[in-house]
Amino acid sequence: MQAARERTMLLAAFALLALFPLLAGTFYLQLFAKIMIMAIFAMSLDLLVGYTGLVSFGHAAFFGIGAYALFVLSPQYAAASLYLSLPMAIGAAAVAAAVIGLLVLRASGVSFIMVTLAFAQMLFYYVIGSKTLGGSDGVYIYVKPSTTLFGWTPVSLDRPAGFYYLVLAALAATYLVLRFVTRSLFGHALLGIRSNESRMRALGFATTSYKLAAFVIAGAIAGLAGYLDATQFGFVSPDLLGWRLSGEVLMMVILGGMGTLYGSVLGAFVLVLLQDGLTDVTRHWLLPLGLFIILAVLLLPRGLGGLLRRAEKAHD
Amino acid sequence: MSDGLAFFLIQVLNGVQEGLLLFLVASGLTLVFGIMGIINLAHGSFYMLGAYLVYALASFTGDLWTAILIAVPLAIVLGLALEALLIRPLYGRDHLYQVLLTYGLILVLEEIRSLLFGDDVHGVAVPAFLDFSIPLKDALTYPAYRLFLSALCLAIAGAMWWLIRYTRLGMAIRAGSTNREMVQSLGIDIAWIYRVVFALGVALAALAGMIAAPAASVFPGMGNDVLIVSFVVVVIGGIGSIKGAFLGALLVGLADTFGQIYVPQLSGMTIYVLMAAVLLWRPAGLFGRAGAG
Repeated sequence: MQAARERTMLLAAFALLALFPLLAGTFYLQLFAKIMIMAIFAMSLDLLVGYTGLVSFGHAAFFGIGAYALFVLSPQYAAASLYLSLPMAIGAAAVAAAVIGLLVLRASGVSFIMVTLAFAQMLFYYVIGSKTLGGSDGVYIYVKPSTTLFGWTPVSLDRPAGFYYLVLAALAATYLVLRFVTRSLFGHALLGIRSNESRMRALGFATTSYKLAAFVIAGAIAGLAGYLDATQFGFVSPDLLGWRLSGEVLMMVILGGMGTLYGSVLGAFVLVLLQDGLTDVTRHWLLPLGLFIILAVLLLPRGLGGLLRRAEKAHD
Repeated sequence: MSDGLAFFLIQVLNGVQEGLLLFLVASGLTLVFGIMGIINLAHGSFYMLGAYLVYALASFTGDLWTAILIAVPLAIVLGLALEALLIRPLYGRDHLYQVLLTYGLILVLEEIRSLLFGDDVHGVAVPAFLDFSIPLKDALTYPAYRLFLSALCLAIAGAMWWLIRYTRLGMAIRAGSTNREMVQSLGIDIAWIYRVVFALGVALAALAGMIAAPAASVFPGMGNDVLIVSFVVVVIGGIGSIKGAFLGALLVGLADTFGQIYVPQLSGMTIYVLMAAVLLWRPAGLFGRAGAG
């Protein structure tokens, strides 16, 4: 019964997002595209934090790799092909996640938080020092990727609505893939690792391989989000790899409610909309945002997603 | 002394000074984490607040020392108030909620700073009697205030060592970082120790910001830079270990200073490479206990 209601609500939310371009102007289309990109990013982190118990404070590394991959793959004044550059960007993030994952998964608990941060910061400073990647100034991508396939162009990404639908499709695909992954046997093994890793090992699970696989999947999806971000703004800077973004996305996951996927989407919507709304009202918008986060922790023990679930129970 | 040697000596002094200052921030962070089990992301903000407080007070009193004498008690009161209002409800909850709440606290403290002191970069004057440089070689000198800064940090580190090694409070703190439940069941008031440790941590971080202010500039966001580096120190040293924080801070200070000279293109990376290397070698840090944290 509850699963059915959850599905109805998600379908309704998807339908609303799909109809949104009919109502909204360019500004809101771009804002919502940005939010959905963050939602994809946050969901990928939820696979690690909420389902595997791996709290990464360096997840922006893979977001940034996806973004810089588009820059590297784009000819200077011409469009890269979406069908080539997108898989390659995701692949680059996945390969980086496999290499970094092999090293960081030696640590656990609080050390894991810090080691993931360390590797992300290493990449951050590498890019700052790299001339080809534009250093601290960042780089511009002058032409958005082209969707032309055998002479046929389904949507132009230069049109706000066209890009919006690409992001919406990516959001839906990410949700479905992660839902499938987390409900599979593999996903249940991850949940087992989260609650008690030594027990899972004793049961014969190669837990490190499972964690590495989760790390690679999460990294690849973060790369997708980074690629979309670079496409939207046409500008890539080291900030996309920095600890601030890693922290921000972690806040979205925790605030939304870990281990639910849709909670991360909710967290992304709430945080970005709050930021956007508050910047309009006051220059000191961080103050109300900070107070909101503090009060949310003190008053909502299980995140915004927990609040939804409680409202649902009261309804029954 | 040859030019090269004098230059090298200056860099060592710089690295040690950076490390000792970091130790003041990191020691509070490691104690709060090791004993209270709280990951405090807002710890760097206390460093920033300390620097801004002393900037504001020094322009009022005209003297660094009176400013510090007024600011330290203020920092302690702030620490006690924050512990009572925000940190206490978090004991026993998932670490992630502590991370989230203290992240919110960073934003709040940053904006309070902006409202009270504005967003400009400021400087604090070096006290007159220390405002000179020690000549090492014709063209190479070393500022006296920096030397004094190192000595002061060493003295504070010594005082902390004495406090933790020889006093009853220190005994309780050491016991608390080893086995919290046992301390509680032995009838030691752990809530009181939490309060003291948190306030002490806030005061140390703020004090570091205060005495660093004349040597560097006072700017928005200075707390966040220190926070991340302090976490690196804590993780290298081993969570909860003061000894580890001391050694880790010196290593980080030296690695950072020499990284800027010998590998300037990758200078920001050196401390993270150091941290990754230490953790791959000893996952619990230099003085951490395996399985802790």
